[in-house]
This record gives sequence, C-alpha cells and structure tokens, in this order.
Amino acid sequence: MAALTHLEEEKLIKEQGYNDHFYDHHHGDKHQMGFITKYIFCQDHKIIAKQFLITGIIWAIIGAGMSVIFRLQLGFPEADMAWLRPLLGKWIVVNDDGIGSLDPNFYYALVTMHGTIIVFFVLTAGLSGTFSNLLIPLQIGARDMASGFLNMLSYWFFFLSSVVMLASLVLSTGPFSGGWTAYPPLSALPQASQGSGTGMTLWLISLTFFVVSVLLGGVNYITTILNLRTKGMTMWRMPLTIWAFLITAIIGLLSFPVLVAGFFLLMFDRGMGTSFYLSEIFIGGQALDNVGGSPVLFQHLFWFLGHPEVYIIILPAMGLVSEILSVHSRKPIFGYKAMVFSMLAIAFLSFIVWAHHMFMAGVNPFISNFFVLFTLIIAVPSAVKVFNWIATLYGGNVRFNSASLFAIGFVSMFISGGLTGIFLGNSTIDIQQHDTYFVVAHFHIVMGIAAFFGMFAGIYNWFPKMYGRFMNETLGQIHFWGTLVGAYLIFGPMHYIGLAGVPRRYFRFDSFETFKQFDALNQFITVCAIIVFALQILFVVNFFYSIWKGKKVTSKNPWESNTLEWTTPIKPGHGNWEGNIPSVNRWAYDYGKDGVDFIPQIKPLAEGEQHSELHQ
Amino acid sequence: MTGFIILLAIVLVVVISVQIGKIVELANKIRGQEESERINSDRTAFWLLVFGIALILGTIWSCYHYKNFMLGYGPHEAASIHGKKVDSIFNLTVIITGIVFVLTQVALFYFAFKYKGRPGKKVLFIPHNNKLEFYWTITPAIVMTILVVSGLMAWNEIMADVKEDEDFIEIEAVAYQFAWDIRYPGMDHKLGTRNYKLISGTNGLGMDWTDPKTHDDFIADQIVLPKGKKVRVRITSKDVLHNFYLPQFRVKMDAIPGLPTYFVFTPEKTLEEYKLELRKYPEYLEPSDPKDPFGPKKWETFTYELGCAELCGIGHYSMRKVVKIVSPEEYEQWFNKQKSVYFSTVRNTVDDPNKGKILAGEPVNTSVETKDKVDTTVIILKDSLNKK
Ligand code: HEM
Ligand SMILES: [Cu+2]
Ligand SMILES: [Cu+2]
Repeated sequence: MAALTHLEEEKLIKEQGYNDHFYDHHHGDKHQMGFITKYIFCQDHKIIAKQFLITGIIWAIIGAGMSVIFRLQLGFPEADMAWLRPLLGKWIVVNDDGIGSLDPNFYYALVTMHGTIIVFFVLTAGLSGTFSNLLIPLQIGARDMASGFLNMLSYWFFFLSSVVMLASLVLSTGPFSGGWTAYPPLSALPQASQGSGTGMTLWLISLTFFVVSVLLGGVNYITTILNLRTKGMTMWRMPLTIWAFLITAIIGLLSFPVLVAGFFLLMFDRGMGTSFYLSEIFIGGQALDNVGGSPVLFQHLFWFLGHPEVYIIILPAMGLVSEILSVHSRKPIFGYKAMVFSMLAIAFLSFIVWAHHMFMAGVNPFISNFFVLFTLIIAVPSAVKVFNWIATLYGGNVRFNSASLFAIGFVSMFISGGLTGIFLGNSTIDIQQHDTYFVVAHFHIVMGIAAFFGMFAGIYNWFPKMYGRFMNETLGQIHFWGTLVGAYLIFGPMHYIGLAGVPRRYFRFDSFETFKQFDALNQFITVCAIIVFALQILFVVNFFYSIWKGKKVTSKNPWESNTLEWTTPIKPGHGNWEGNIPSVNRWAYDYGKDGVDFIPQIKPLAEGEQHSELHQ
Repeated sequence: MTGFIILLAIVLVVVISVQIGKIVELANKIRGQEESERINSDRTAFWLLVFGIALILGTIWSCYHYKNFMLGYGPHEAASIHGKKVDSIFNLTVIITGIVFVLTQVALFYFAFKYKGRPGKKVLFIPHNNKLEFYWTITPAIVMTILVVSGLMAWNEIMADVKEDEDFIEIEAVAYQFAWDIRYPGMDHKLGTRNYKLISGTNGLGMDWTDPKTHDDFIADQIVLPKGKKVRVRITSKDVLHNFYLPQFRVKMDAIPGLPTYFVFTPEKTLEEYKLELRKYPEYLEPSDPKDPFGPKKWETFTYELGCAELCGIGHYSMRKVVKIVSPEEYEQWFNKQKSVYFSTVRNTVDDPNKGKILAGEPVNTSVETKDKVDTTVIILKDSLNKK
C-alpha cells in the first residue's frame, strides 16, 4: 500500500465518485459571469471566504492600530501626541505649549471600538466566516453551501454592519465609548457619556446587522454539514475542523438571538421610555422617572451570549489547529473522539457559566456557587484537548513551517491563558482580580492571541488552496517568532500589574498611590505592542504580495493531506470538482498508518485493513 | 513631515523584508530543497526548545522578581481578615497551575524539538489510548474539585451578610459620576431613608428628612474605620454602574442604581501599621516624587484608597477617596467630631420638611446658625422648651 499518485486519484474519483449531474446544466455558472457577480455579489463559497478574510484583515489593522494609540497613552501619558492630529483631529487636545494629549472621551471610544472590532468583526467574522466558508464544502465534498444566496447575504450583512460601525467612527460626538460589553445605564443614557448618544445608536444597529450575518451564516453551515456530506462521509469521518465549525454554528444560533433581545430592550430604554434596565437614576441634575428595571438583567443577557461567544471564537481556531498539527506531524490527531466530545462538552457548558463575569455585579452570592462549579468543570475538557494536542506531536515527524509553528504557538497560548482562567473562575480570587489587568491578560492570551494564532496557522496552511500560491515562508517565520515572543512580553507583565490591583479601563494611573507605581512596566508593554503591531504589517504585506507574486503551487496536494479539499484542482472553479464528487472511505487522519505516510480519505480500505478508530 | 517620514520608513521596511524573503528562498533553491529543509528543521527545533526553556525560566524569574505584587507576599498582604483567605486560595492556585504550566509547556516544546521532521522517518501511529485518556481526564477533575471546594467554602463565608445580633458598623457608599459620597449613620447606628427623587443641590444623597434616622447621619470626606471591627458597606449608585473597590482589603462590589448591594469585611491593619510594613521594602524607600529626591518616601505618602472598578464614563479613572483605618479610640474621637448634615445645613431652612416642628431629643442650639431663615415661632417654642 502506498500513497496515491495523481493518476490513481483521478481514477478513484471517476470510478467511485458520485455524479450529481452538476455539469449537465451548468447551473450556477451562468450567474457567475461578469466581474460583479464573480467577485462582488458572488455566491461561490470560496470567494465569500476571501471576502470575509480580507474584510477581517482590514478591520484587524484598524482595531490593532487603535490599540497602539491607547497603549501610547498608557505607556507615555506625558508624551506629545500632537503629531496624531492630522489623523485624529479634535480628539488630540493641544494645550498652550503646543503639547497634544488624547481626549479621555476618545481614549474610551478607542478601547471600546478595539474590543468590539476584534471580538466581532475580526475573530468572529474574519475567522469563523472565512474558514467555515472555505472549508465546509471543500472538506465534506460538496459543490457549495446549501444556500449560496443566504451565504452571500451573510457577507453583505457583515459588510453593512461594518459600514455603520465605520460611520460611527467619524461622528462629531465620537463612537460609542462605554466598553465592548455596553453595560447600561452608561450605554442607555446619552447624558452619561458623549459616546452614548448617536455613537451608541449606530453601535446597536451595526451589531444587530452583524448578528443577522452570523445567523444566516450559521444556518447555512449547519444545513450544509448535516445534508451535503458526500457519499461515505459519516459524522465520525469528518475532519475536526468541520466538527468545530458545526459546533460553533450551533452555539452561535442559540446565543446570538439572546444578545439581540438584550439589544432591543436597550433600544426601547433609549428611545421609548421603557425601564428594563433603568431604575432610580439621578443624572445631569435631573431625577429620571424610570423605576423597577435592573441593569443586572442586561448583563445576564449580554453574557449569555458573551461567554459562548468566546468559544465561538476559539472553537474554529481549535479545529484548524487540530487539523494542522496532525497534518504536519504526519500523525493522526490523538484521541479524535475525545476531541469531539470535549468540544461538545465545552459547547454545552459554555451556556451555563455566563455569570462568572458577574461574580461582583450584585448577583446573589449563593447563585454564584453553581457558576463557579460549572466554570471550573470547563477546565477539564479544555485540559483534555491540550493533552491531546501535545500527544499528537509525540512520536511524530514534525514539519516546521509557518502553519505548524503558529499551531504550536496556539497550544502554548491556550495553556497559559486557560490556567489564568482557573484563578478567575474561582469567585473568591475573582473578588480581587475582577476588572483588573489580570483579566485583560487572561483573555488576550487565551482568546485574542490564541485565536489569532489559529487564524494565522489556517491562513498559511490554506493560502495555497485559496490563491494557488504559497505565502513567503521566511517572512512567515519572522512573523511567527516575533509575534510569539512579543505577545508573551506584552501580556505577561500585565498579570503582575493586575495582581498588584491596577484596574482595567483607566485613562491614567497617576491619581492613585496604589496604581501609579508601574510606569516602567507600562512603557515596556507599549514598546512591545508597537513592535508586534509592526510585525503584523509584515504579515499583511506577505499576504497581499503572495496573492499575485507568491511561489506557485505545482501539485494538487502540497502538504500531503488526507482531506478532500486537496483533491480539487489547484485553483478550483465553481463547483469545486471538475467531474464527479469524490466519495470517502475512511477518516481524515490516516497518517503514518502501517508505515504509509498518508492515505487520503478517498482511498478504499485495502484488503484486510481495519479502520483506525471504532464506528467509522 | 513626520507623517511622510513614517510612511517612508514603513515602505522601506516592507521592501527590505520582501527582499529578505526572496533572497532566503533563492539561497534555499541553490542549496537544494532537501538540504535546506533539513537545516530549517534543525534550526527551528532548536529555537523552539530554547523558547520553551526561556518561557519557563522567564515565568519563574518574573514570579520571583514581581513576588511583591502577588497576593499574600511582601507588602501586598491583605489588610482585612477575609483577605487572608483570598490570598491563600490564590496561592494554592498558583502552585497547582504552576505545576501544570511547567509540565505542559515543557512537553509541548520538548516534543516539538525531539520529533522534528526528517525525510522518510517513521512515526508512531497512535490514534488514541483509552487508559491514558482516562487518567488525564480524571486528574484535572480531581484537582478542580479541590479548588472548587476550597474556593466555595471561603466564598460563602466571605459573602455572608451580617446577622441581626452581630456587632458591626454600617456605612453607605454612594457612587456618582465621578466621585463617592460616604455616609455614616451617626449616633443611632442606623442609616436613614433616601429617595432619589429628593436629590437636589443641597441634598446630594436625597436623604428623606422626615425619617428621624437621617437626622444624625453625616457625610465624611474620607472613609475612616476602626481596626478589628466588622463593617458592612451598603453600596449604591446615583447614575450609572460603578464599583466599590478597596484593593488592599480584597473588597470589590458593583454599585448599581436602584439595587443596593453590600460587602462585609473586617479591617485588620491600621494605615500606620501598614505603612511601617511597607518601610521594610526597598521599592517603598524611594522618593515618592522622582523630581524631588529629598521629598517624602513612597511608604510615607502611601495611603489606603477607594477606587472605581467598573467603567462609568470619562472620569472613571479619577474616583478616588482616601481610606484610613485607625485604632478604636481614634475612631471614637473622629466620630464625635463629625457634624450631622441635617443639623449643620438643613435644619429649619426652606428645605427642612420638619421646619416649625420640634424634634424629639433635638439639641437645642443647633439651629441658631441658620438664623436668617429661622421662623420666629420656632424660636419661641424653643425658648419655652429651654425654660423647662
Ligand atoms: C479554563 C477555562 C477558562 C476559565 C475558567 C475562564 C474564566 C473566566 C472568568 C471567570 C472571567 C471573568 C473575569 C472577570 O471579569 O472578573 C473570564 C474572562 C474572560 N475570558 Fe475566560 N476563562 C477560561 C477560558 C477562556 C477562553 C478559552 C476564552 C476565549 C477563547 C476566554 C475569554 C475570556 C474573555 C474574553 C474574558 C473577559 C471579558 C471581559 O470582561 O471583557 N476565557 N474568564
Ligand atoms: Cu466567560
Ligand atoms: Cu468607574
């Protein structure tokens, strides 16, 4: 038994594949003729994936750029920022000596926008949107998504949402500035903050469109995975990427509507005089009539989405990393079923832990007992996943490239950030750590950096499938090492600042004896952040340069993978496979089985060969 | 101009890096693919191992270097009784997660190093191992159980409200954009009723003067509390969410308009005691203001502080209040010096709903200061009272 040659593969697909008469009518293609239908209002999942990715990259540059500006404020509060005036205009207040400083209104707007953009636009749309779209049809053996039209709408709702959010950035009162969690009454009352006026209205509209986009996408992903798998692709033969996208879409479908419900009640409070979240408020010299509402209700609704949301972000990254680690270790992923069950367990538990964000929010402390329990239980399936990734490397033949390096980096980040979660999930410790820099360090490492690493790994790995070219390996590895070291240097010190008690979301620290002791560390963090930001520019350059000038892919299966996407032509057209759809005979992880480097999923079992896992 | 230079620098960096990428690729071509893959593999494996070691050593070093920032060490020991428990559970978690951190990161980077790629190398084909998986599921489960149980035992004790018959002081912290008002109950040890509709320029907290319990309430410009006595802080807000945060006491609780919350704690160290502790640490012997090397040292300017830990608007970072823990005797003295809001600013003004009425046990001369508005009938009544 040996790996398949190109010709054998063609033959297999021809003989065993499934003829769905796709090419009998040329349907679909007639809608994909002109530039506009081909690249703009396109219904092909591969183009839509690229649209999500490139929009995500643009947002990532904006979101990360914002963080550089507010990090400058935190690291060098006395520095002259007048040079930013051409960009930021009146948000840089220049005093009589010509020294410019950041307007605190805008500082808070930047922090808020940074969070919103990265969490929703980059790590939800840019990550899950890109790879669910790209990989679901390709890896399960489908011509396209179940509904290309809904899929297109999903992108355009995201686009609409982006436009509205962009518009809010240029308002004269500035964008919303009450934090990405948008707690009322601050977010409900225009009197409470400049950004809570029109800025907040646009924020709510934008995110409502965004949720529509996620739901349209999610319905499509689920339907496609459940209904359009090719012959032989049983659930237990799906690559872990597909499991991850499926579970992610289900979580999204169940939790995002709750967020919208919360948003609608907030809109009512803002515009129609209701009191869902408002009670006994005296603001701007005036006692409001609202009584009987509770701001804590919003927090429940928000975090009922908010916690699942962090898994909506990380699960696709986990799926990508599982696949990449296995392919590049030339070994099966260790404990495939345990990986699936742990994802299911995480998904289930993620719905009953939301109040761990609210231990100190005035929730009945008795109720918190349950949330502590469930929260710390999540650590168990998370730990299982980590052990399985490590065991996947064990005994392997690890091929180092940008993709596999970022996957290894992902595991390291996920360990570090997951462990700090164990502090925070224990409500007793959270009394002190809540809303300090410790939390900032925790979620940036476990979610921010880890998810970005998963995304980078995915981009480097599937770039050849997207554009028929490779990204530059050398630049990729510079990008990896700089980001790995830099990310630890940025967020490592934040743990200590947080332990020392410094709260997050402070514009300056110098009014407090307790909090003003850390100037040197804050400067160090800022410098590291600027360097890491510059490295990401390198990535962007590499990305766009390689689209047109990268090294050309010359074989269909450059990574010698088992999964179906590598049986398509180097640049697959609409419909993905030129002839029949391939059928599947085994799971995706027969790497190194019986001494054979890899055995693609389309290859039938040899005589006397057993499946590698039960129930396949 | 600066913008142009920055742009130029960026373009330059981009060009250079693209060139580097090209050159390396060219060099690899010359060297031959297999050869360059082997070199890359060795080099990357080596640096992964170095990174793994550096990560572990760096973490241990930084823990040691910054130990004085960690809960329960050096100057950063809790100043309240329950805070000691927070610190000890924190440290239990540090030890447990520390072990896991080292083991997993070492395994990750060591395996990446050890199993670096070589053409034609045979791999171990192990799709799963039920026994191993069972153990590494059950072990975290047991460890988590330990943490949950110890954490929750402490939590339920810490968060328990005071009991009726207990001896405690109740104070109230009212947050608003962007400051705190701290209200003490006065001699009767009972906080009087408030109503947000009564808030006005002269009655910032909306105290309901028809409730006699408000009459002796006073507002302090600092939080002053006696050492060793249980305190129940009633926490609330006038406008948006805030958070009552006393870092040295491990106290944190949201202030919510319309929904009063509380936190119960017992301060254990006076400010002076705490400062003397700080004097033992070199970082607190430095001058507080770097521009004034001979000025007061950090430990001298140190004070306990109340801050806000929930984003509440643009002044969020400035909601500071000084906190002083003193001996019970000093507290007594301080307490007796405070003036009731009602009798010092409200009594018998137009804002006083009790104007013209005599209050039970009213100290007689207090209203004299507000003479310009005093109704003559009241004076007559008072005079007649004095004669008895
Ligand atoms: C072992 C698993 C984990 C535990 C026990 C845990 C626990 C917690 C807790 C208790 C908080 C609230 C802290 C506070 O505000 O006081 C928190 C915050 C957060 N966690 Fe985790 N976490 C874990 C893993 C993760 C993962 C995997 C992600 C994302 C991929 C994540 C993302 C976040 C985010 C975004 C926040 C902060 C939200 C905010 O306040 O802005 N966590 N975590
Ligand atoms: Cu959470
Ligand atoms: Cu605040």
